[in-house]
Amino acid sequence: MYAYDELDRQIVRERVAQFASQVERRLDGSLTEEEFRPLRLKNGVYLQLHAYMLRVAIPYGGLSSRQLRQLALIAEKYDRGYGHFTTRTNIQFNWPKLREIPAILGLLADVDMHAIQTSGNCIRNTTTDCFAGAAFDEIEDPRPTAEWIRQWSTLHPEFDWLGRKFKIAVTATQQDRAVLRGHDVGVRIVRNAAGETGYRLYVGGGLGRTPMEGKLVRDFLPRAELLGYLEAILRVYNLEGRRDNKFKARIKILVHEIGLEAFRAQVEAEYSKVVAAAPAPDLREFERITASFDAPDFADLPEVSRKLEQAQAADPDLAQFVARNLFRHKKKGYVALTISLKSIGGAPGDATAEQMRAVADLAEQFSFDQVRVSYKQNLVLPHVRRDDVPEIFAVLKAQGLATPNVDLITDIICCPGLDYCALATARSIPLAQTLSRHFADPDKQKEIGELSIKISGCINACAHHHIANIGILGLEKSGGESYQITIGGDPGDQYALGELLGPGLPASAVPEAIDRVIGVYLDARRQGETFIETYRRLGVTPFKAAFKEIADAVA
Amino acid sequence: MLLLDRNGAKPDPFIAVETLDDAPGKNVIDAFASVDALLAAGPAQAAVLAPNDLDAEDFAPYLDRLALIAIRFPSATDGRGFSLARQLRRLGYKGVLRASGPLFPDQFPQALACGFDEVEIPDANAARQPVAQWLAALNRVTLSYQRDYARGATGPASILDRRARS
Ligand code: SF4
Repeated sequence: MYAYDELDRQIVRERVAQFASQVERRLDGSLTEEEFRPLRLKNGVYLQLHAYMLRVAIPYGGLSSRQLRQLALIAEKYDRGYGHFTTRTNIQFNWPKLREIPAILGLLADVDMHAIQTSGNCIRNTTTDCFAGAAFDEIEDPRPTAEWIRQWSTLHPEFDWLGRKFKIAVTATQQDRAVLRGHDVGVRIVRNAAGETGYRLYVGGGLGRTPMEGKLVRDFLPRAELLGYLEAILRVYNLEGRRDNKFKARIKILVHEIGLEAFRAQVEAEYSKVVAAAPAPDLREFERITASFDAPDFADLPEVSRKLEQAQAADPDLAQFVARNLFRHKKKGYVALTISLKSIGGAPGDATAEQMRAVADLAEQFSFDQVRVSYKQNLVLPHVRRDDVPEIFAVLKAQGLATPNVDLITDIICCPGLDYCALATARSIPLAQTLSRHFADPDKQKEIGELSIKISGCINACAHHHIANIGILGLEKSGGESYQITIGGDPGDQYALGELLGPGLPASAVPEAIDRVIGVYLDARRQGETFIETYRRLGVTPFKAAFKEIADAVA
Repeated sequence: MLLLDRNGAKPDPFIAVETLDDAPGKNVIDAFASVDALLAAGPAQAAVLAPNDLDAEDFAPYLDRLALIAIRFPSATDGRGFSLARQLRRLGYKGVLRASGPLFPDQFPQALACGFDEVEIPDANAARQPVAQWLAALNRVTLSYQRDYARGATGPASILDRRARS
């Protein structure tokens, strides 16, 4: 974990006091509702359908046990005993009262946390690979870079009133596990031919009503130049991005309308002026941040764990969990362990206070005090000894957290939808629950293999439905809920937007429609092929034909 | 209109004139679109009011002849003026930069950090948000993670500089 220094703490404290003053000035009429709205949003406070919602930042998904326990306390004291982890790796509390929010922010500040810039037209929480610092395949730990960006973008005086929100993701692996090309800026840590570590930058990706793929804007940027280059990108966007239409205000529209070449030329021109005006960039701060991440003191362990093997042989449930929920660690004898927040029939991404405390205890005992939140709305214990997996599994099982479904069809990403969200056009959670129960059979899940379902309750696409293997978008159609299904989306290296299968369906017809789609795959797949691989080989046509039967039947 | 800088309210030394024939010897503010005529009219000091969607380069030929540039903020949430101010300072503009529009006090420190010296707000806003609130807003966040944004001695201290020194 990055360790806050006194200055980091002071700025968070001052920000809490500033927000308290803003609330007071709203209540005494100094600030109009129109003026107050962006201020509360930039402090994570939304006005939802039934109540205020507070979105707390979890920078690049990293939590310590102490922080997670504090979230549990907040869930109990100010919410209804649970929190919701989001695709931005943040956590949302759905039932706080406005006058209690400064107190909650104070509790967060006590554990070096905040809700700064979790909403509003500013630079949002920077995300990364949920296995950062643990993954076998990373060039380096991407978290110091993400923290560097977090600090630079926090309370930035120039970029606080952008045309629209701005999201940055960082990754340090070949395999993209951070949806780099779905971000306003994607930062990939790479090595050049000379062996220097630097950054490859993508710009203009995004989902929402106009989904676009991020485009390569700089192939290699020396490390020291990152923040200067980001400043140039943000300045060009702030000045040139459209302000006349909220739906065309993201940087992706600017890049699309003027073209990548023109955009790049503007950024490079601005960047050369940034360089000329500023002292030569140095890496002192980056190095300080890197040193502030405590390096776990890994033991030298054998590759295999006899203990785990024996336990697996005796317990098929454990064996299944091991097969699904472990990820290869860079250190021999260790694994990164995913805790699925997708229990069968549960609300995806929700965790109770008790579950949070149990995970915090596990992290403290077994994972160097670290927990990660993944954009897939699960939790990760990043540094677990293979030997300890049986014991961890037993605790998780008792907490209802041992669902062995990582990356399977029931590992559904789902936004809050019409049950909470003021922007929603349809419910999403009940459909996720229905599908989860529909595909509950572990053997069936195993047979289907890796397949992502993502359900958004409106066109804003918080659940990333465009880039799901099977994406579901809830819309409102003549007073009822209607669900559009796309297939073939991919969030990773073969980034692709899904293709629409046909007209929207009522919720009741969705499970059968998905059965048909999966039927096409199971019939046509070749040895070892996943759903998305078969889809790429066959194209959308046979899936459309199968879908049409269902669509026609309900039409 | 309320005009204020980091020390509080101040009178506006610039006046708008009916016709530029009245300009000689006076401190005159006019639209940026008329800058050539304004300068030719021979005011004591010249100031312009500019929209926020101009290129900073458009100002370059005039920078050393303008005592003040006021950048219009059409709304509080349109942040283009912050970047434009930053670019004008980078171009070497030494005169007064004024942010003109319905900003609110929490944006005052941001405006100063980006290179503005003063803000001019509509009377209705000033009635809700008197000078004391504007000055109080300057002292709420005393640190910043950015390096060369704060101008002058009263801006937030750069965390980076503080760390570099320790
Ligand atoms: S996708 Fe729409 S309904 Fe779902 S959380 Fe986002 S804005 Fe709300």
